[in-house]
Amino acid sequence: MKEMMLEVEHLKKSYDNKNLILDDITFSIKKGEVISILGPSGCGKSTLLKCLNGLESVDEGVIKLKGEKIETEKRKIHKIREKIGMVFQSYDLFPHMTIMENLVLAPRKVQKRKKEEIQEEAKQLLIRVGLLDKKDNYPRQLSGGQKQRVAIVRALLMKPEVLLLDEITAALDPEMVCEVLQVVLELAKTGMTMIIVTHELQFAKAVADTIIFMEKGRIIEINHPEQFFSIPKTDRAKQFLESRGKFQ
Amino acid sequence: MDTSFMQSQVFLYIEGAKLTLYLASIGILFAILVGLLCSIIRYLNIPIIRQIVGVYIELSRNTPLLIQLFFLYFGLPKIGILLSSKQCAIIGLTFLGGSYMAEAFRTGLDNVAHIQKDIALSLGMTQIQVFQYVVLPQAISNSIPVFCSNIIFLMKETSVFSAVALADLMFVTKDLIGIYYKTDEALFMLVVSYLILLLPISIGCTLLERKVRYAEYGNRSAI
Repeated sequence: MKEMMLEVEHLKKSYDNKNLILDDITFSIKKGEVISILGPSGCGKSTLLKCLNGLESVDEGVIKLKGEKIETEKRKIHKIREKIGMVFQSYDLFPHMTIMENLVLAPRKVQKRKKEEIQEEAKQLLIRVGLLDKKDNYPRQLSGGQKQRVAIVRALLMKPEVLLLDEITAALDPEMVCEVLQVVLELAKTGMTMIIVTHELQFAKAVADTIIFMEKGRIIEINHPEQFFSIPKTDRAKQFLESRGKFQ
Repeated sequence: MDTSFMQSQVFLYIEGAKLTLYLASIGILFAILVGLLCSIIRYLNIPIIRQIVGVYIELSRNTPLLIQLFFLYFGLPKIGILLSSKQCAIIGLTFLGGSYMAEAFRTGLDNVAHIQKDIALSLGMTQIQVFQYVVLPQAISNSIPVFCSNIIFLMKETSVFSAVALADLMFVTKDLIGIYYKTDEALFMLVVSYLILLLPISIGCTLLERKVRYAEYGNRSAI
């Protein structure tokens, strides 16, 4: 039995106490597991990720990391974020720093690690994503796909326990999607625990151990990818897949 | 124009220019500090102090420097505060410039994309680290163009210092006109003096702007 990594119990969030953005979300992810969250736009996928990372507050519910309850208290929240990394849809790097400076900043300032040690590690990771030659360039000299790969490396350098990926290819040109997804696939092979929000259904099918289908702030279905894409349990998931033309 | 007269009076202009430059540098330096402080207070939304800063900015931006100097030079002695001409000039320029600089930095801060903060926070940085390493450098770079035009504006504003008995460039000029009635020569030398003072600053600013343009995201090709 694999170690439980992240547990989410009865998570609720609303804006102005009216519109329920997240309605009683419960799921868990084991160490080394990959979960893909699918669902129509506005179903709360991205908000859920932001809640897990403490960028958005929650109204009710519990989030546990390795069995320990996460304190969402403001003073402690940055400690949690060291352990739960996140990569965003917009592939922004810090524009005033070179690629290497982008990578070194957080491990240096947050974890107080030695600069040389981080740089060495950063180089290894840059080799893995094929961008070592860009280490002294500024972000504006990189393409969207390249920037997003650097953003993934930047999150990895913090050695997070869990990595949250929020539609990381949605803002990229089609020809760059593949290079970024390739990096994520390889990460999955190395046993990185990941929660991936995506619109790329084929990719979700390939990478995920579990699919979570959400709609209107609720989890409609949790299923194995093979089953989800061939015989989904719920009508809503079926309709969703049909609308995407991926129902086989 | 009487060139020999102009030659004989050049030293007066050099002295005046020195004084102008001296007062302007100190005043502008303080103005930058005040501006930075005010914009950070507003950015961090500190209650009460934020309101005070708001009142100061409106008061400072919407009154002429000449009036502010009169207040310092003629008004304050009435309540027992006696300031020298130079002190008045520096305080006046700081008071005026502080609000302009604050607004320049505020625009810079507002233009830092919100996602930059989220990303930095998601990497585990504290609010202060995010501000120091991510937001502030970008904000400063964003505000350089306005910042530069403010410096030139403040340099030019020093021409009212003569009103509080300071022998700056304007004072020298008015003096020469009064004594010798050489209006054309005196005014010509005044214009040339300001150009000599300001053109290098202007060129320096343009170079600085080019240097910090990295903050313009992605689209612009490498410089």
